[in-house]
Amino acid sequence: MNTPEARRDLSRDLARALPATPGQLAALHKRLAAAAAAEGVLDVAYRTLDTPVGTLLLAATELGLVRVAYASENHDSVLQTLADRISPRILDAPARLDAVATELDEYFAGQRRSFDLSLDWRLSAGFRATVLHHLAADLAYGQTASYGRVAQLAGNPRAVRAVGTACATNPLPVVVPCHRVVRADGSMGGYLGGPDAKRTLLTLETTA
Amino acid sequence: MKKQPFETLVAGHGPTVLRVCLAVLGPSEADDAWSETFLSAMKAYPDLPEDANVEAWLVTIAHRKAIDVIRAAARRAIPVDELPETSAAPGADARDLDLVEVMAQLPPKQKQAVAYHYLAGLPYADVAAILGGTADAARRASADGIATLRRTYRGMTEPGTTAFSTTGESR
Repeated sequence: MNTPEARRDLSRDLARALPATPGQLAALHKRLAAAAAAEGVLDVAYRTLDTPVGTLLLAATELGLVRVAYASENHDSVLQTLADRISPRILDAPARLDAVATELDEYFAGQRRSFDLSLDWRLSAGFRATVLHHLAADLAYGQTASYGRVAQLAGNPRAVRAVGTACATNPLPVVVPCHRVVRADGSMGGYLGGPDAKRTLLTLETTA
Repeated sequence: MKKQPFETLVAGHGPTVLRVCLAVLGPSEADDAWSETFLSAMKAYPDLPEDANVEAWLVTIAHRKAIDVIRAAARRAIPVDELPETSAAPGADARDLDLVEVMAQLPPKQKQAVAYHYLAGLPYADVAAILGGTADAARRASADGIATLRRTYRGMTEPGTTAFSTTGESR
């Protein structure tokens, strides 16, 4: 009969004789992403982008950009959360994110002061969503505002702590500018991408 | 609600499914079968039970796609009264053939059983669930296919004397 060793040898020989090369698999993957998008089953497309604040994960639904994530958030666990909360039909499919990548590149090069992108806001709700909408609409490039000022803008001046939470859980950092929210004493305050990333962004916006 | 991103399935199982398609269909049809397999799988993925064996599920879809391809090819071919189960017995120089060509000469059940068991690593019970029939029949089909491969393909590791013996049931 068949020994485990003989079976292993057979499996190895067969796999070696039937090469699935990285190039062929990459081409097939690209074809799958295009077909899935064309048939409306690519619920979440993503790519990564190297920037001065590290490698960002960018994810978009058919409605628009739904998530920007810092490497410190762990991209694998961010993708798992997207699978749980939106849909597991997720592919590494850069085409849908071409415009996002271009605008972010321009922003980091100091050549863009606002983003002109479709956003999918579904990952934020309630008061946090209100806060983030105000940040996107009212807090322009190069400006900063205190947590208290943002609480006022959002219609609840006492909700300073909730503004901090909204910033800390912003699903669209950089594009929705929670980095422009600082402490009342002028110090920088925390940031979901880490203090170095916040400093980089604020410095970029005051010197570009 | 703990289903992995579909990307993880493509990255993890894409190479194996491609090898299975190559083994069952040959290089000219393998790309199309792979693409249709993963597109179908992606459509159905949200409804897949969480405890499903993902590789067996993907191989089952690939099997159905391969059957579609084989049937379409048969419709295109000129009908003959009786199809031989295998093509002419390979001669001595067949040992220079590439494995894909040798696989192509096996009867469909044999190459499917070999591919699903040895390439996809499915137990014979799962292979039988895909092919129909019993696990023993799947095991025999696989053993017959492997025996032919051993006779005709020089790239196979020579089995030890106790490693393998299947000559009886070849047809």
